[in-house]
Amino acid sequence: MCGIVGLFLKNPRLENSLGRLLTPMLVEMTERGPDSAGFAIYGPEPPQKRIKVTLSATEAADWESVAADFEQLFETKIEYFVRGGHAVFVLPAAEAAIRQCIAARHPGLHITSIGRHLEIFKQTGLPADVASRFGLDEMIGSHAIGHTRMATESGISAKHSHPFSAVADFSLVHNGSLSNHNGVRDRLRRAGVIFDSDNDTEVAASYIAHRLGLGRSLNDALHDALGALDGFYTFAAGSADGFAVLRDSIAAKPAVLGETADWVAMASEYRALAALPGIEKAHLWEPKPATVYSWSHDRLAQAA
Amino acid sequence: MNTAGINIIDLDTSSVRELNASLHSVAEAPSAWRVLNPHGKHSLAVGLEAAHKVLIEGHAGYYCGGMNKAAEITVRGQCGKGLGENIMSGAIRVEGNAADAAGASGRGGLIVIEGDASSRCGISMKGVDIVVKGSVGHMSGFMAQAGHLVVCGDADDDLGDSIYEADIYVGGEVGALGADCVEKEMTPDHAEILSQLLERAGVDCPAESFRRYGSARKLYNFDVDNADDY
Repeated sequence: MCGIVGLFLKNPRLENSLGRLLTPMLVEMTERGPDSAGFAIYGPEPPQKRIKVTLSATEAADWESVAADFEQLFETKIEYFVRGGHAVFVLPAAEAAIRQCIAARHPGLHITSIGRHLEIFKQTGLPADVASRFGLDEMIGSHAIGHTRMATESGISAKHSHPFSAVADFSLVHNGSLSNHNGVRDRLRRAGVIFDSDNDTEVAASYIAHRLGLGRSLNDALHDALGALDGFYTFAAGSADGFAVLRDSIAAKPAVLGETADWVAMASEYRALAALPGIEKAHLWEPKPATVYSWSHDRLAQAA
Repeated sequence: MNTAGINIIDLDTSSVRELNASLHSVAEAPSAWRVLNPHGKHSLAVGLEAAHKVLIEGHAGYYCGGMNKAAEITVRGQCGKGLGENIMSGAIRVEGNAADAAGASGRGGLIVIEGDASSRCGISMKGVDIVVKGSVGHMSGFMAQAGHLVVCGDADDDLGDSIYEADIYVGGEVGALGADCVEKEMTPDHAEILSQLLERAGVDCPAESFRRYGSARKLYNFDVDNADDY
């Protein structure tokens, strides 16, 4: 069992409250996942030609020396900020060089996300403790997904926690279990994909990222996942511009969606939505099986 | 609290366990109850043996009214998974929608859902009557054994999959029938049963448009024609 939540803000005036709104959603899902928690926040963009790289450390990290290495590599001043055991670096958009630098000079660090918008924070512990350690309450942004984990198929560690990201600005959380992840992982490895863990959800994230890399849209890549991934799942996925929800064709894993003029929210259970402003007037429904539901700021702007 | 003979329990200040303990402690004296601020909490008003009238003023979580024996429970909102699971008798009414597996394994009584019900509505039902004013999701009536499932709207794919017995009445469209589920003749007797169910449920829906579905009874036993496979 796990709990998943997602919040997509339609009203930009709520963006300063993104973390404050997401925290009670995540904490309400503690009974579904008390061993680890994590969240992907789509926050403010860095300056042009820069990307945000979120790093997690298993032990106390010397972030200053990491910054010094990046400054030497890029021959420019580097900015970063520390949250809990993670740090977000604003770096020139040279993903391969960044990955190489981390692997060679700081093997104890793990890249949780790369992107213009995305920051991923995840850790073992009760959701309330994880949220407060990272200061989720204060985080701002346009949308977010989150996860509370009760591990079944792989170990309990920050690396095994959700959300997973496998390509810039893409994040995925999962409630359920995949039965063919070893086969899909092998095929992706042969195509050159590198994995950080033996977790089944990482395979799903990498599969969808691989499809996105082939030029598929997020909606199309999620449709592809229906054919390629066998097992039980409710997924919530985030991209730079939007948010999507998908359940497998049996739809045994729960999900509820709610929408008002100001936001779209999803959760494993309704009670996680109960504290949202305007919930009493929200349109509430259960997403159908094998159906992609998605929202994007671009589409909202076009419709306006 | 007791105002005008109505017991009020506010779940912002009382726990679900306190609510259920209160409802169980006065089993021999049926009374009226209002439950405030449910906020989607699970297992509200479960296992009620007394003929209480319980009004839940908001959304309920999983298993609301489960194992009900005699109470009349009304939910002024939506319900989560497993509404009235294993209901024995009594009645549950939901004014909004219900999530999946409403009435699961129910042995008797009546469940009325005024909105839509999600997937697997009436899964393994064993005698309960379920009336859904809206539509139902996929695999409703899965392995149903006895009772009636009435759907005024549409039914998604795999309706009545692996059904043993039980009658399913659908007023709208049916996506696809599940394994061993077939359309059956609507005899005057069945039309009468349907009309009575709609009346008991207080659902105003013309009975003429309904079609009846049930078991082809081909999955009951091993088919001897398969013996050649060995």
